[in-house]
Amino acid sequence: MTVTKSLDEFIEAAAAALDLPLQAEWKDAVRANLEVTLKHAATVAEFDLPDTAEPAPVFKA
Amino acid sequence: MPFETASPVEMTWSTATDVADTVGRGEVSAVEVVERALARIDGLNPVLNAFTATTAARARARARAIDAAPNKAKMPLAGVPFAVKNLFDIEGLATVAGSKINRAHPPAQRDSPLIERLEAAGAVLVGALNMGEYAYDFTGENIHDGASRNPHDLARMTGGSSGGSGGAVAGGLVPLALGSDTNGSIRVPSSLCGIFGLKPTYGRLSRSRSFPFVASLDHLGPFARSVRDLAVSYDAMQGPDPDDPACAQRPAEPVTAQLDGGMQGLRVAVAGSYFRKGAFPEALEALERVAGALQAHDEVDIPQAHRARSAAYVITAAEGAALHLGRLKKQAHEFDPAVRDRLIAGAMVPASLVQKAQLFRRWYREHVLELFDHHDVILAPATPCTAPRIGQLTFTLDGVELPVRPNMGIYTQPISFIGLPVVTVPVPLQPLPIGVQIICAPWREDIALRAARAVEQMGVVTAPRPRLEATDRGCES
Repeated sequence: MTVTKSLDEFIEAAAAALDLPLQAEWKDAVRANLEVTLKHAATVAEFDLPDTAEPAPVFKA
Repeated sequence: MPFETASPVEMTWSTATDVADTVGRGEVSAVEVVERALARIDGLNPVLNAFTATTAARARARARAIDAAPNKAKMPLAGVPFAVKNLFDIEGLATVAGSKINRAHPPAQRDSPLIERLEAAGAVLVGALNMGEYAYDFTGENIHDGASRNPHDLARMTGGSSGGSGGAVAGGLVPLALGSDTNGSIRVPSSLCGIFGLKPTYGRLSRSRSFPFVASLDHLGPFARSVRDLAVSYDAMQGPDPDDPACAQRPAEPVTAQLDGGMQGLRVAVAGSYFRKGAFPEALEALERVAGALQAHDEVDIPQAHRARSAAYVITAAEGAALHLGRLKKQAHEFDPAVRDRLIAGAMVPASLVQKAQLFRRWYREHVLELFDHHDVILAPATPCTAPRIGQLTFTLDGVELPVRPNMGIYTQPISFIGLPVVTVPVPLQPLPIGVQIICAPWREDIALRAARAVEQMGVVTAPRPRLEATDRGCES
């Protein structure tokens, strides 16, 4: 299975799970956007942090 | 210069504080100032497309009240026309936030607190400004309202998402505007339009009664053509607000009185590595000029800046999608398709990856703040290039062709990600201006504005006046 095909299947499944009205002609753009976002997410996820690291969901300067 | 001795064209380019001084002395009425602003908006907005609504009736009433006020000489913004990005609540108008969907919302019942605070200082709201749909944009283009146009070249972008704010101030329609900045939406239009912009510390200015985008990254702030105007308006807007949970419970810390403090004792560095990679020659030229003027001899490495940008990208996608999930389900066809497709993709980002971004955020904050042990000011480009053409889809950064829309903020995102205060200063390069970020530690807007004022006084940065004379003539009666 290609990465593109598996991502397409993920997008279809996620759209169904989230009840999002994903039309066929939107899929290429959604996949392109998700690919970029996941690439950014992988860049972050590969950075090692200790288990004790705390998140900053509401940032306080 | 008093208005009775100034030509109408000179009045158009007056700073907010010059207008306030002149109104305060009674040398011109607030009513006249507002009428001239409204006439200029009528004349130039068909070209610049900066305004999506004007508030002429309330502006005239407010101006009459200023003229009648016995204390107008003490109002720091007496009679100053200003406008706000159309995501700020304006009493009586639906808060559209650049969208078609929100046009069906009921009119706002009360102004945003930042509007209230500026008007309490004597300013006069004259309208609402164009923006990218729901602020998910760096171009200033809007599929519903049309693109806002750069006053320095009408074929070029203003930058976004506060595009109308940039165009209105750079085009001389108003001396002061407000916008929002989640990932760079004040700093990008300031850079492309050649004006000054302040993105304060996260939590400094209240965001209540404004339409959000990414709650953990959203900031509001002013645009102007002088540093003093930024400082005076910022001082007028400071102070806690219990209606914004992120707004800090700290008293106002006025900066205007220290504005001319100079650079004595301030240690200035330039951000290296990531912040030079991909920059066009004009961005580096602008940075070099400001760095030279401020004698920034050190270079610092903001650690993991590329990862910070990635984490901001992920959090934006996910939080933005969460905000709009209901509208995506019910009204997907009414979005700008480019925004819709990004939001749908954002809704599908696994929560574990979003949490990773929030974990990294705290690590990054701690390490970047250490840099301020040794430096008070860090300089970086605001945008990788000057204004692209409207409709331009891609540009080449560091040898890689990338889409313009999400990538104009590569240098702004790692900074707003941890809420640092930034003043963007305009370097008047030819043929187009470009901005430089003056970045400081949290809550040190005073230092950022002092440094901006110093480099403004040296003549290195200034808001260049666009050549709109041909279109000026019809609207300056």
